[in-house]
Amino acid sequence: MSFINYSSREINCKIVYYGPGLCGKTTNLQYIYQKVSPQAKGKLISLATETERTLFFDFLPLELGAIRGFKTRFHLYTVPGQVFYDASRRLILKGSDGVIFVADSQVERMESNVESLHNLESHLAEHGTSIEKIPFVLQYNKRDLPNIVSVEELQQALNHNNHPYFEAVASKGTGVFETLKMIAKLVLNELKTGAG
Amino acid sequence: MFGSNLVIFEEESKRINASLAKLLGETRAKSIFLIDKNGHLIGSCGETQGMDMASLASLTAGNIAATGGLAQLIGEEEFSVLFHQGERDSLHISIVVKRVILLVIFDERSSLGLVRLRVKRASEELAQIFETIFRKAEAKSGEAKQMMETRFAEITDADIDNLFKT
Repeated sequence: MSFINYSSREINCKIVYYGPGLCGKTTNLQYIYQKVSPQAKGKLISLATETERTLFFDFLPLELGAIRGFKTRFHLYTVPGQVFYDASRRLILKGSDGVIFVADSQVERMESNVESLHNLESHLAEHGTSIEKIPFVLQYNKRDLPNIVSVEELQQALNHNNHPYFEAVASKGTGVFETLKMIAKLVLNELKTGAG
Repeated sequence: MFGSNLVIFEEESKRINASLAKLLGETRAKSIFLIDKNGHLIGSCGETQGMDMASLASLTAGNIAATGGLAQLIGEEEFSVLFHQGERDSLHISIVVKRVILLVIFDERSSLGLVRLRVKRASEELAQIFETIFRKAEAKSGEAKQMMETRFAEITDADIDNLFKT
């Protein structure tokens, strides 16, 4: 749910990057952090283990400018991808305005992608919603690796309802901003229809 | 979407800020923050300059979410008060009307007992303000809905593209 303050003229939205372990969620945030101008971003916070695996969440606040006179802030979060951090994933997902599902395009990660998507669906159901009801975008990451499945196969396995999707190489920035821009668009459009 | 949006208008915003300022004076705290459970900062007062308030709000909400998860594991609904003691500064975190978090940062000029006492009273006042906020939000045909619709109905793709030009 967004937070709209008419007094300070601000819109605050929460966007969550979801997906299996090592699919590139944190890499998306790191690339955005590198590229956004210093005045538009806050600190990138990573609650990670000693081996830099996300333990609880990564957080990046972005203040990109005004829209219709309202300062627009996006709070980007990633969930921990590893299977056993399920409780953390559920907590972070709560209250989100939009979800980006980052899939790992490598053949051997397909099962993990499907499992993670099912995990997302079950958490959304616990919160009384579903992928069809929320702003949802897919990102097919790691397209530069040799052993990847085709986009058609990814679509067939993960995108049954024809949600917007982008091919990406998050480590090089390909597709990162396209994905973010699309979810921002969907979330802000939701304000028109889902008002109040 | 996960539930309804939190919409705060001028009048309630003023009441919130007045309530936080009063609490600041009564507790002799360094700074006070009101944060929604999703990590968005609603209001603040005191010594906030130079502070990374976005991170503060997000981590406080994460803290409440994590301890809420712990509470449920042992059969509690939630832990409504948390206290973190530092060498110089300490944090008193409490939940107001189940949806917002009151964070008080204080040092040796104040005490845990004083903060706890005053926070309890301030929470009642804040609860009343939030009841008004939720009532307004629920009135689908009311002010909130109408203002949101007129304000945001004209957001275009070009507006959104402009955001990303920076």
